[in-house]
Amino acid sequence: MKNDNINHAEAAAAFLQDREQARWHDSAIWWVRQKRDAQAKQLPEWEQLRSLAQQIKAHTLSRLDEYLEQFQRNAEHNGVSVHWAADADEHNRIVHGILAAANVKKLVKSKSMLTEECGLNPYLEQRGIEVIDTDLGERIVQLRHEPPSHIVMPAIHLKKEQISELFHKELGTEAGNNDPTYLTHAARANLREHFLTADAGLTGVNFAIAETGGVVVCTNEGNADLGTALPPIHIASMGLEKIIPRLEHLGVFTRLLARSAIGSPITTYTSHFHRARPGGQMHIVIVDNGRSDILGNDDFYQSLRCIRCGACMNTCPVYRRSTGHSYSYIIPGPIGSTLGPSRDIKKHGSMAFACTTCGSCSNVCPVKINLHEQLILQRKRAFDAGTLKPAKKMGLLAMRFLTRHPSLMDAGGKVMRKVVPILPQTLTQHSAWSRPGRELPEMPAQSFKEMWRARQEKKHD
Amino acid sequence: MKVALFIPCFVNELYPHVAMATAELLEGYGIEVVYPLEQSCCGQPASNNGDSQGACDAARRFTGVFKDYDYIVSPSGSCTSHVKHHYGWYIAEDADYQRLQPKVYEIVEFLQDVLQVDKLPKPVYFPHPVSIHQSCHGLRELHHAAPSELMIPYHSRLERILQLVDGVEVRLPERRDECCGFGGTFSVDEPEVSVAMGEDRVAQHEATGAEFIVGADPSCLMHMGGIIRHKCRTIRPLHIVEILTGRGGAA
Repeated sequence: MKNDNINHAEAAAAFLQDREQARWHDSAIWWVRQKRDAQAKQLPEWEQLRSLAQQIKAHTLSRLDEYLEQFQRNAEHNGVSVHWAADADEHNRIVHGILAAANVKKLVKSKSMLTEECGLNPYLEQRGIEVIDTDLGERIVQLRHEPPSHIVMPAIHLKKEQISELFHKELGTEAGNNDPTYLTHAARANLREHFLTADAGLTGVNFAIAETGGVVVCTNEGNADLGTALPPIHIASMGLEKIIPRLEHLGVFTRLLARSAIGSPITTYTSHFHRARPGGQMHIVIVDNGRSDILGNDDFYQSLRCIRCGACMNTCPVYRRSTGHSYSYIIPGPIGSTLGPSRDIKKHGSMAFACTTCGSCSNVCPVKINLHEQLILQRKRAFDAGTLKPAKKMGLLAMRFLTRHPSLMDAGGKVMRKVVPILPQTLTQHSAWSRPGRELPEMPAQSFKEMWRARQEKKHD
Repeated sequence: MKVALFIPCFVNELYPHVAMATAELLEGYGIEVVYPLEQSCCGQPASNNGDSQGACDAARRFTGVFKDYDYIVSPSGSCTSHVKHHYGWYIAEDADYQRLQPKVYEIVEFLQDVLQVDKLPKPVYFPHPVSIHQSCHGLRELHHAAPSELMIPYHSRLERILQLVDGVEVRLPERRDECCGFGGTFSVDEPEVSVAMGEDRVAQHEATGAEFIVGADPSCLMHMGGIIRHKCRTIRPLHIVEILTGRGGAA
């Protein structure tokens, strides 16, 4: 679970103390952005695909109730048990109920941001069920007892040396052996034991197809397949926005997803689940947890189109220089900075300001969410909810006044231009502008208005 | 043709020579340039900090000041974009704004799309390598160039207009359009991230071997300029209008 009290600016400043690690983080993630560009460029129809995906999602959201009911009917027809959870707590209770009824002691999970959102792991652990995350990155952060720092690459904030150290401590690998293949094999051997002894498997859902009642899970490690093929119970947890109407729409999204996420043409595994295997059980838990509220909001409903590719994080210059751990909501970066504040503006208000409004996120988004505009609109809610620091609010109110009174603004500007050059450096160097290594601009003798007036007078002479 | 200069508040105070170059450039093409003295801030800082009342007041005020001119032209992509693309959040229904909106231009856009210039008023010789800085709002909201994220044919207004300058050598930085980290009040809300971004950006511009960073937004140039001076580097930020009016070397 994540600490809600994180303030982005402070956490980011702390992360940037180690500039070398921060540069490495920036480059590692920028490399993924470049891979995405290279893949996207290979498809002449890339921009049309994005538009199509946007339209399919927009249509689906406009009839979400119908498609959800159709999905439920078809899934139940296939013998799947469908459960509805209004919030995180209900989701956790439902999952626990299924597991407790079958006396499950160990659950293997493939990657699911929804279960992170719901806090499922601690909920089950408190009730005596062992939970093993089986995605390698998720496993790493689970062993470190920390939240994922990225929704697609949960351990992208860690270098291989740090993982080697962790595995040495937790899995007994050789001290100092940083070879990624060696470490991956060690993790695989350890996870294999868990797959073989688990009583149930839980997966997330990338796409739920109303027409077939089936769910699609995209992974690169095959862990979802092993986790559902070995134990007899499969629980799939999905947010209610994961629906697409028909199977024929799936290709639009699978073509966009892996290219946007990691710069691959497709995920290694694209697994379709329609029914339990003979003698087993399959459950789908459909979770609302605030999504209906977002759907009803004119400014933010577009955020429900998200397919969780993480491309907005990879392109975000602020995310790359601050890590996912600097954001208070479990989903970091641009998409998290609208979803988090939508959930709770008081807790996650700082996220909406962790953005220069450069707009790169809106351009990489495969479903064309107006991300950077949503962040600006979330700031309205932050302002209205009174979450701005008093000094900032005062400044804004002063600016309101000065904007209405340009002569006063000009007078203020003149004072600034005259006073700043004679201020002792000890005063200015601690300002937020100068503190991290940035000089104030030189102050010209005259403002443009003054120059213009003088020029006009000269003309008339 | 009567063109009103929209000079953003900080440009008025800190970059008067950029504003003057903008005026002279337009006059050089025989245009009557007016500078309405009652203008003030466009309201972008209010909008970007969630103060909708302040943003709305500023938008109405701006519309009142500028509504009667043929065109409204500004040397800042970001402020232009705020007026052109975000006033709709506050005063979309305002009939005066609806008439004003299509008449608002950033200076390079105006020269290329409205005046369709194929030469400069006075020939300019600028024998220097320059690194192009695409400012985000000009780039992604005003479509100054093809953003690197979009798979569309390449174009760049700044590169195109610099073809009218003799001797200049255009270079592009690695990560050709990453944000410099200014971001308005972001620069002081998250100063460490802002400066880290700016340092990276300046280093990428320097790595091209250029003598100047050339852009169309004084705010980004101010931020990078502050970092350059702190580090005592030699590369200099320059607004495109300073080159186009032949003032570049002296700036």
